[in-house]
Amino acid sequence: MDSALFLNQVFNGFSVASLYLLAALGLSLSFGLMRVINMAHGEMLMLGGYLAFLTLSIIPGFVGLLLAIVVAFIGAALVGSVIQSALIRRLTSRPLDTLLATWGVSLILQQAARDIFGPIGVEVQAPAWLNASIQIRDGALAGLTIPSARLFILLVMALVLGGLALLLTKTRIGLMVRASNQDRMMAAATGIDVKRVDLAVFCLGSGIAGLAGVVLALLGPVTPSVGQSYIVPAFLVVVMGGLGSILGTTLSALILGLIAALSQIFVDVSIAQVLLLVFVIFFIQVRPQGVIAPTSRALDF
Amino acid sequence: MFKALLFPGIILLLAAFAAVFLSSYDLNLLARFLSFGLLAMGVVVIWGHCGILSLGQGVFFGLGGYVMAMHMKLASLPDGQIPDFMMWSGRETLPWWWAPFESGAVAILALVALPAIVAALFAFAVFYRRVGGVYFALITQALALAFATLLISRQDSTGGFNGLTNFSTLLGLNLNGPGMAEGLYWVTLVVVALAWLGLGALLKSRFGILLRATRDGENRVRFLGYNPVPLKVAAYAIAAALAGLSGALFTIHAGNISPAMVGVVPSIEMVIWVAVGGRFSLSGALAGALIINFARDRISSAVPELWLYLVGALFILVVTLLPRGLAGLVPQQKASS
Repeated sequence: MDSALFLNQVFNGFSVASLYLLAALGLSLSFGLMRVINMAHGEMLMLGGYLAFLTLSIIPGFVGLLLAIVVAFIGAALVGSVIQSALIRRLTSRPLDTLLATWGVSLILQQAARDIFGPIGVEVQAPAWLNASIQIRDGALAGLTIPSARLFILLVMALVLGGLALLLTKTRIGLMVRASNQDRMMAAATGIDVKRVDLAVFCLGSGIAGLAGVVLALLGPVTPSVGQSYIVPAFLVVVMGGLGSILGTTLSALILGLIAALSQIFVDVSIAQVLLLVFVIFFIQVRPQGVIAPTSRALDF
Repeated sequence: MFKALLFPGIILLLAAFAAVFLSSYDLNLLARFLSFGLLAMGVVVIWGHCGILSLGQGVFFGLGGYVMAMHMKLASLPDGQIPDFMMWSGRETLPWWWAPFESGAVAILALVALPAIVAALFAFAVFYRRVGGVYFALITQALALAFATLLISRQDSTGGFNGLTNFSTLLGLNLNGPGMAEGLYWVTLVVVALAWLGLGALLKSRFGILLRATRDGENRVRFLGYNPVPLKVAAYAIAAALAGLSGALFTIHAGNISPAMVGVVPSIEMVIWVAVGGRFSLSGALAGALIINFARDRISSAVPELWLYLVGALFILVVTLLPRGLAGLVPQQKASS
């Protein structure tokens, strides 16, 4: 096999995995806490993309990009807080109904985007240095071409993951999140306001998805359905990751991202998608509890 | 006894009136939506009575629809010729998996058996490892996405994005002949009525009771000595068989089948028919399929943008305020679920 092609696809796999991960982190965190999946999560990506488009069309360049990240994070987090407090909280312990209700939200948000921005995508004016690419000519990695935008994605992913790890392990709110994640009833009994923890985690997850939307906007046009193309793989990442585990989610995003990219060396995109699904179904035969599973003796949870 | 037959009697009478008084366009729509009703009743079995939310029913609908379409396509051609779209995409021979469906008997068997077998294998692989609930819903959605993309990408053997269309004969009968539309409508009505009766009996049986027990406490069912896995797999296969039949009838009435009917979005819309009609009630689901689809036809031809807002709002409102759907508004004679 052509080693340059292989190297490039491995690198692509990492950047695809980063996008899957950014989209899946919020889903996985909220799923660990509340056992619900927000089907409108993909629209947080879309929202982030459009917010980046608006910000960068007012303030172009590097400053605009930094600002876009902040705006997208806050914007998506705010919309997330509305979805959580107006809808998901009312449907506690009805996970399948939550799925359907949030799908309704997703339809409305997509149609709204179509009415406001038009059905055709909008192009974001990325700073020029993001359109460049680095080519490695010799050494072990000869033939590897690294587009700056994809490097930027990896950087964003590393920062988000690092920040999240610090937040969860070093801060008081992180402690509360982990406690509620491990045993919701016991956490509530010790005085933790689990509903507020839910809300905070949901906003954080939506914000991260908004951030992912900015990154997506740098790669291609933002369309009303841009979230949909990443959200189904992100769901698979959650299924494979294990209940609410950040490490599990990261590993499964990495596995699925690499499979998606590497299988495209041999087959076309549509078969790659089928392979991804087949892999997940085989994977749950071996480890139905996910890559990393919390140890629990509870039977029904 | 009289009361029990009153409601179906009225429906049958209405259906007969419909065949006489509706315009041929509306009668065709009614026949299509009645076919959807078959799928909707299958969703009642798995979702309402067994707690399995499948966001991939479009896949089984599509399997049935494509089997029927392949048969009709081959039947419309002189021997040895291949469908026109294949020639346009540069194919010279029929794909091997088309060949069996030239026979009407094989096609009719396959349009029920194929979705049921695929569904049973898929469901077994997931349920056997005790993966269920939200996970199952998400995996079925991925299945719908994979199936639709696969159909679109194999332009030369599936007709790609446009799907399969232009059928002229069905089992030796001319599809455009006089009285054919009415005849097909009655066939659909009879199939729907039989399915309604059959599923009603099924849900009242021991099997139905075990399904509901599994829905309410799967582990307790295990403790009682039953294995819920075969139950869930069987329920899922039944729903898939109905979806396949539904897809085949739809394809006959609509005259085409395309990926637009089988992907992620149509699959989840199939669930909203049932959510609106009532997930626990066969009649409710049937009504839901008819109401939603007629509303869709009328509204989206008048104000296309409005429809998606309405569907979105319906999802939210029905699930939060009316979890039993429209059927929940009808006073129950006897709590059966």
